[in-house]
Amino acid sequence: MPEPSAGATLELRDVRKTFGAVVALDSASLVVRPGSIHGLVGENGAGKSTLVKIVAGVHHRDSGELLLEGRSVDFSSTAESKAAGVAVIYQEPTLFPDLSVTENIFMGRQPLAGGRRIDRAAMYAEAERLFSRLGVRLDPRRPAEGLSIADQQIIEIAKAISLEARLLIMDEPTAALSGVEVDRLFAVARSLRDEGRALIFISHRFDEVFSLCDTVTVMRDGRYIATHPVAETSVDQTVALMVGREVGDLFPKTPATIGDPVLSVEGLTTAGIFHDVSFEVRAGEIVGLAGLVGAGRSEIARAVFGVDRYDAGSVRLRGRPVPPHNPRAAIRAGMAFIPEDRRKQGLVTNASVARNVAGVIRSSLSRAGLLAPRAESRAAGPWAGRLEVKTGALDMDAATMSGGNQQKVVIAKWLATKPSLLIIDEPTRGIDVGTKAEVHRLLSELAGEGLAILMISSELPEVLGMADRVLVVCEGRLTADIDRADATPETVMKAATRALETRR
Amino acid sequence: MSETSTRPGTPPAGGDAPAMTRPSSMSTVSRVTTTVLRSREIAIALVLVAVIAAATIKTPSFLFSSNSWRDLLLTPAILMLLAVGQAVVIITRNVDLSVGSVLAITAYLTGRLFVDNPGIPMVVVFLAALVVGAALGLVNGLVVALGKVPALVITLGTLYIYRGIVLTWAGSNRINASDMPDGFLALGTKQVLSIPVLFLIAVAVLAVVGYFLYTSRSGRDMYAIGSDPDAAELYGLRVRSRLVGAFVLSGALAGLSGVLYAARYGTISSGAGTGMELQAVAAVVIGGVAIFGGSGTVWGAAIGAILLVTINRALPILGIQDFWQQAVVGALILGAIILDRVLSARRTRKLVEARDAS
Repeated sequence: MPEPSAGATLELRDVRKTFGAVVALDSASLVVRPGSIHGLVGENGAGKSTLVKIVAGVHHRDSGELLLEGRSVDFSSTAESKAAGVAVIYQEPTLFPDLSVTENIFMGRQPLAGGRRIDRAAMYAEAERLFSRLGVRLDPRRPAEGLSIADQQIIEIAKAISLEARLLIMDEPTAALSGVEVDRLFAVARSLRDEGRALIFISHRFDEVFSLCDTVTVMRDGRYIATHPVAETSVDQTVALMVGREVGDLFPKTPATIGDPVLSVEGLTTAGIFHDVSFEVRAGEIVGLAGLVGAGRSEIARAVFGVDRYDAGSVRLRGRPVPPHNPRAAIRAGMAFIPEDRRKQGLVTNASVARNVAGVIRSSLSRAGLLAPRAESRAAGPWAGRLEVKTGALDMDAATMSGGNQQKVVIAKWLATKPSLLIIDEPTRGIDVGTKAEVHRLLSELAGEGLAILMISSELPEVLGMADRVLVVCEGRLTADIDRADATPETVMKAATRALETRR
Repeated sequence: MSETSTRPGTPPAGGDAPAMTRPSSMSTVSRVTTTVLRSREIAIALVLVAVIAAATIKTPSFLFSSNSWRDLLLTPAILMLLAVGQAVVIITRNVDLSVGSVLAITAYLTGRLFVDNPGIPMVVVFLAALVVGAALGLVNGLVVALGKVPALVITLGTLYIYRGIVLTWAGSNRINASDMPDGFLALGTKQVLSIPVLFLIAVAVLAVVGYFLYTSRSGRDMYAIGSDPDAAELYGLRVRSRLVGAFVLSGALAGLSGVLYAARYGTISSGAGTGMELQAVAAVVIGGVAIFGGSGTVWGAAIGAILLVTINRALPILGIQDFWQQAVVGALILGAIILDRVLSARRTRKLVEARDAS
């Protein structure tokens, strides 16, 4: 627990939040003082964003205390938190594209003239005043559509200032900004601090946290870990606190014989997303693709499989080139792709297990263009059995199954195509711990049979426990290729933030 | 923006500031003039003038005969009312398909009130229709806002339910002009300073709703909700009550147009107003209201309604066959949507360029 303090702007004590069976926030504590910029760091999934949403009134906490300027508060909507003086700037600003910049700032609390009519002249004048104070040049009458992310964030900050917000939370505001834009944002943040407001700054970039913040709090697995004044800690110490846990025997990775290269990617580039990405995946090998959320991992996978276009580079499977932007050709060549959001992209949740499993090989099952349910069941049976999908029968709807079983159905579906390469994005997201191990065991077994697996994961223990080799992506570039033996939380995290440290 | 901030810690506005869109340097008068001249409303009005001009050149009596000026304004009045209500609903990224059936209910209600209560004051009839229309709109609004079901599905359902109510109620009965007082029927054709009263009512409603949408917080909320519903929630706007409000307004205006329908046509059967909902949606789209909400004005929707009705009257005069008349209306809708896409793509590009320049 951080030391409680009289006069803190925001104080959280043991706040807990669960979504169904998933614990998003276990016991979060935080003390933010006025006139301070407080850094909040932690791995993906450490609970930072959930914490922000609880303070903002988007989510409601299950237990724990939330104090704003010493008073216990209980927000049930964003309107209430706003009224109490909390302003949040999300990574992706949420503006109304059709409305003018000024209306975006004052929506819902426009200055009124007689008869409760909106006083537009006063509104525009106030917007001009805010912009000149922030030192930006923006036409208050232009629509918000087409503004850069940086300018959209300025609108959000102008909104926060006009709200007289006492607490300003910035959730990864710099992710999409250029160097100059970051400097401008920081200057604004410091001037707000000097006025005595409290700021929370969430970022994965340690150089930014250490140059902007005066205090830093580390979170891990939904828990409060430690708070230090920036002057008394270091990047290394903070990283150690962030990852600080042992990779246990949770991951039943069995060694497999590594064979010939199956997938070779050369110089893959899509402007603005990823650059010059080259790597290989060999038969029997599990390659982990690690990195921060938004680093471009999923985008690389989607381009390799042909869902998205790429500007340059080549993809070869077992030596033969795979045509770009053609997932059907990729499947025929022997690729299988299990996307992150299986409900949206991988599984027809309203259809039976058999239909799902048989879906990708439908053309080879159909006779004269007709598809018999019996043929589907015949083809699906062995696969589902082998994966121990626990469903009463093959005709059960996939929607009624647990996340773990759904994931297995998706894997079964792709195994039916007899692939030589499996690309799997966040294989265990949203799956309970018990079933997680089953999915891991299955992946390990498949690798043992000679399947090449490219696994994207935001969970560091999963990457370290499962992968034979870890590729680290940072801002669209491969920054490290680490062998299983050398892969530690520290080496991976360092590589995942390396470009950020050296870029400017 | 001539002053430069001198507050310590604030970056100077100037040379080293990142790319920004310069504030408008135009004067207020020239800005307003440019905005008006470039507006969609003016463009549609010009098309309307062109249609009237073409029909008048071919047959001068289209405009220059005793009744033609009256018909030009009188015929679109009812559709204008429906289009105004529909525009408000569409601005919130919803749609109200039940308005034609609501019109039928209140039109029949008007007739019944006169038949069953001889001597009933006209004001009472108007109020009754407004209240019934608003109540039917409230049903739509509550289901859409609380049930989070797409308005398209809900109002498609109530389209049939409301029509079923009037079918059951009226049966094969028909209310004729002789059942209603002359003073009421006179409303349908009466003119003040050569302008039909029904048109005046429609314009008055239009002006009030247009003013409300532009100058009240709740009106601006409706634009915000249509522009980005998720952002509206994060802003803490009262999304639900605004949605309900939009549907109540649309229902009330459909109720009012039922009374006007009775006054104008004098004969009311259970089939009154069938298909009017699609005409109202068409008028709104032609009038430049984005079908996904967030932009457009009720003024445009009203001009769209006049254009739609006038084209239907002008095409026979121009010697165009029935089939092609329908096709022209269809082309007009498609044209309006394509124009919308082109204009918004161009606007996005310009706004992005404006950002990258300077």
